[in-house]
Amino acid sequence: MSRLPVRKTYKLFIGGAFPRSESGRTYDAEGANVARGSRKDIRDAVRTARQAGAAWSGMTAYNRGQVLYRIAEMMEARQAELAEFCDGADEVGRSIDRVVWYAGWADKLAQVIGSANPVAGPYFNFTVPEPTGVTGILAPEPPLLGLVTRLAPVIVGGNTAVVVASEAHPLVAIELAECLATADVPPGVVNIVTGLRRELAPAIASHMDVLALDLTGADGDVAELERLGAENVKRIVRGRPDAQSPYEIAAFLELKTVWHPIGM
Amino acid sequence: MATAPVLPGGFELPLEPRLPRLGSVDAVALEERAASLATRSIKRDSKVFALELAIRVMDLTTLEGADTPGKVAALSSKGIHPDPSDPNIPSVAAICVYPNLVPYALERTKGTSVKVAAVATAFPSGQSSLEVKLLETREVVDAGAHEVDMVIDRGAFLSGRYAAVYDEIVRVKEVCAGRAHLKVILETGELGTYDNVRRASLLAIAGGADFIKTSTGKLPLSATLPVQLCMLEVIRDVHEETGRVVGMKAAGGIRQAKQAVQYLVQVHETLGLAWLTPDRYRLGASTLLNDVLMQLRKERTGRYQNPDYFTVD
Amino acid sequence: MTKDKREVAHRPETAAIPTGWEYSPAPESREVVHLEERYGLYIGGQFVEPLSNERYTTIDPAREESLAEVAQAGKADVDRAVKAAREAYAERWSAIRPSERAKYLFRIARILQERSREFAVLESMNGGKPIRESRDVDLPLAAAHFFYYAGWADKLEYAFPNRRPRPLGVAGQIIPWNFPLLMLAWKIAPALAAGNTVVLKPAETTPLSALLFCDVVRQAELPPGVVNIVTGDGRTGAELVSHPDVNKIAFTGSTEVGKAIQRTLAGTGKRLSLELGGKAANIIFDDAPLDQAVEGIVNGIYFNQGHVCCAGSRLLVEESIYETVVSKLKRRMRTLRVGDPLDKNTDVGAINSKQQLDKIGSLVQAGIDEGAEIYQPPCKLPERGYWFVPTVFTNVAQSYRIAQEEIFGPVLSVLTFRTPDEAIEKANNTPYGLSAGVWTEKGSRILAMAQRLKAGVVWANTYNRFDPASPFGGYKESGFGREGGRHGLESYVALDDA
Repeated sequence: MSRLPVRKTYKLFIGGAFPRSESGRTYDAEGANVARGSRKDIRDAVRTARQAGAAWSGMTAYNRGQVLYRIAEMMEARQAELAEFCDGADEVGRSIDRVVWYAGWADKLAQVIGSANPVAGPYFNFTVPEPTGVTGILAPEPPLLGLVTRLAPVIVGGNTAVVVASEAHPLVAIELAECLATADVPPGVVNIVTGLRRELAPAIASHMDVLALDLTGADGDVAELERLGAENVKRIVRGRPDAQSPYEIAAFLELKTVWHPIGM
Repeated sequence: MATAPVLPGGFELPLEPRLPRLGSVDAVALEERAASLATRSIKRDSKVFALELAIRVMDLTTLEGADTPGKVAALSSKGIHPDPSDPNIPSVAAICVYPNLVPYALERTKGTSVKVAAVATAFPSGQSSLEVKLLETREVVDAGAHEVDMVIDRGAFLSGRYAAVYDEIVRVKEVCAGRAHLKVILETGELGTYDNVRRASLLAIAGGADFIKTSTGKLPLSATLPVQLCMLEVIRDVHEETGRVVGMKAAGGIRQAKQAVQYLVQVHETLGLAWLTPDRYRLGASTLLNDVLMQLRKERTGRYQNPDYFTVD
Repeated sequence: MTKDKREVAHRPETAAIPTGWEYSPAPESREVVHLEERYGLYIGGQFVEPLSNERYTTIDPAREESLAEVAQAGKADVDRAVKAAREAYAERWSAIRPSERAKYLFRIARILQERSREFAVLESMNGGKPIRESRDVDLPLAAAHFFYYAGWADKLEYAFPNRRPRPLGVAGQIIPWNFPLLMLAWKIAPALAAGNTVVLKPAETTPLSALLFCDVVRQAELPPGVVNIVTGDGRTGAELVSHPDVNKIAFTGSTEVGKAIQRTLAGTGKRLSLELGGKAANIIFDDAPLDQAVEGIVNGIYFNQGHVCCAGSRLLVEESIYETVVSKLKRRMRTLRVGDPLDKNTDVGAINSKQQLDKIGSLVQAGIDEGAEIYQPPCKLPERGYWFVPTVFTNVAQSYRIAQEEIFGPVLSVLTFRTPDEAIEKANNTPYGLSAGVWTEKGSRILAMAQRLKAGVVWANTYNRFDPASPFGGYKESGFGREGGRHGLESYVALDDA
């Protein structure tokens, strides 16, 4: 006996919750009415990302790694839904494995890119990486793998993120948000805003509380976005949409060097 | 004890390394020890002992702008007979109120073992002149309060005017001496470090405190297990070195019976049995009492309890 | 009746001081553990009967009750295990993608987290350590170790600049009885992450958590033969060490046995890592936060009944604060609760075996005979089981046996020093070099002491802290090689040219 399915309403993912756009607008994508995010939604997302930053960067690296691994667990459980809205099971499998790969870096990166520095004097000198802060990400295609490839290195290092999802294929991003919401990710660490690129990209590039900007997935006038970012000396990153490396994590980290005398 | 140089304001500088040393508390280790003690599993008879003790050392408190004689009378009755359905439940140690409400608390607790404690010295901020603070103290003592809970001047402390902080305590103690015991509230949530908590504790004790107390309860950050441990260690050091007995009061943020038991375990394992008495230990609380009553009834009946079955006051 | 309220402040204490607050027993239930009556050897992904036909009984040292029968693996059994490990290495483990290897290890970590209560109770039953420690320290660290090394499995090219690390092949691993499951994790996790397969021999007295671990291996669906467990005493270990087809031996245990292994392997070209004994100095300066330092002393020597290679078994205290520290220490010792390991309030559990108990007793007697002053807090010990009261010796000279030899029990020796140089000299004056502790508020002094102490692990203002990311291992006769951290991978890889 057939029954009428209950269709999902696709909303934004901000602060661990799923609000509609404050503008009340939607646009048509993949046969659904998808929330058309506004500048104010970006503003709200950045605010909650900032608030979430202290707790997320304050967690032990081990705990952060475990949270990322749990994201992979949740994605694995939702393979079918995710596959439906991207290129299929292969893209989902690679995306899950990518998250696992980055999860494993959380408690190791400092050992690879940090250092104890042999300065010429009776000082102990060490360099440690630290998260930059709220990071804006323009998600590249493919809609799941590209997003995950850019998101995982940003958050594993302790940053919080505001992601502008793929404009043409936004549904998988919201499916992913449902994984995030059930993966013990503290609210506000990852925020996903769907909508029109041309409206959202300048909003995030010009926001003074976004400290790093990942333009890997940017299209259109990229130079203009970089110019907007210069106003608060944003770290502008152009990575690769389908590659994994600890240096993708390092791109979103500051380096702090500390001196201390050695003496009785 | 060697004679020590006396600074203006009467502050003595301890010279010998054996004396309680100023500052120097390792925060990580302190918090670990507090966390470890908090894992003690207190069950059955030992739990009932702790819960009843928690009531016997409780200062049942109301410190609101909206307090009225009616509210205080009801709270006092609750403190005398916390559970009307069970006469075996002991009375609390004291009722703690603002100065204006002292007479009403006294009237209701007359003839019982329950004391009346009054806050004074421009509680909670302490930001008034010494004259005003002394006048307020004199008023509550004259009104008959058994105990005075004063606040230290945190502004003076944090700007390094330790002599001024010390002086105030000495002067307030003068007003109380012989008539009321003095608790000195450090407001640990504003002091910033455990080193400062240790210094403030020593300062308060040097000034004559009968009890040192964590908080006013008016800040989000009040009593915590590590802060109490820090203060208990000062009390222990002073007692070891001089024989002087100083009491401890943990106040603010203690809402659940489980927490109260953790605070008592700490006192037990740091200062020993001798401090597990209302003459040397108090818990300042308001909503805690009903949670303790619920836990006691659960121990007796084996069932988890429902707040509707316990009077609000 | 009225009371004169003005008398209140001078009233003698009338509120009754309780005569006692005994903590009611708070036992952790044993029901969560399901024990077989007898166990075989775990080889090639299944339990098999020992070809040696020899078995022995393993006990609960707190009750002197037997828990199960386990196998005494002989030469043929060890050979069978190594063959299984070799086959698994050649046919399965070295070929699979590193990212898949990682996911097996992540599974193991997760399963250990899920079953941590079961394992914690078993560890306390078979080893004697307090449940609070196995629950709060051993299990979380063991799971974390697998989690940490899981993440390295597919990142080895980043661990060694300009090198392509390759696995060694089959690793033979021999572990001690003081942290049975944790030592298993320290050995197996990095070995597997690097692509090796293993044959592991748990300690004679504590085989059960390793045997239960085989069930985790089964649940994780690890390919058969990647992990093999052979139980037995020192004879089994000797067979494993001398087996010609083992590429690498990892040993944690006594210095005496470590030297024997090193002699056996001489000339064979086999890789070796050793984690041996220690006699660590815990150094307290006059500006140290005293109450926290005392906690550090207590944690350093009474944690796990002192069955810790890196235990702070020598307290070096600056002479000017000697009286205060010793008085605080003795007072603190009186609050230590010795008893049933499965009681959640127990601080100090049972000694692991009669043999170890006798050894501790004999060294303590030596201390008394040599003229040191002994203090033991009053303690009511259970009738059955192996127990030793926490002990501290004062008036100890550097030359006394109790200041030189590793006791491996809850026995502390206290010595004094006057200057930092003297502290360094005394701390380093030992053939061991595993760990040291420094307590001072002065940052530069921490770093200066750390620089000059000949110890593989220096703890400043803390003690007995472990983390899978932190390399652990000794100088001198405390062994060589490191476990934990990026450096912990070195023992399990061959660093070919770039």
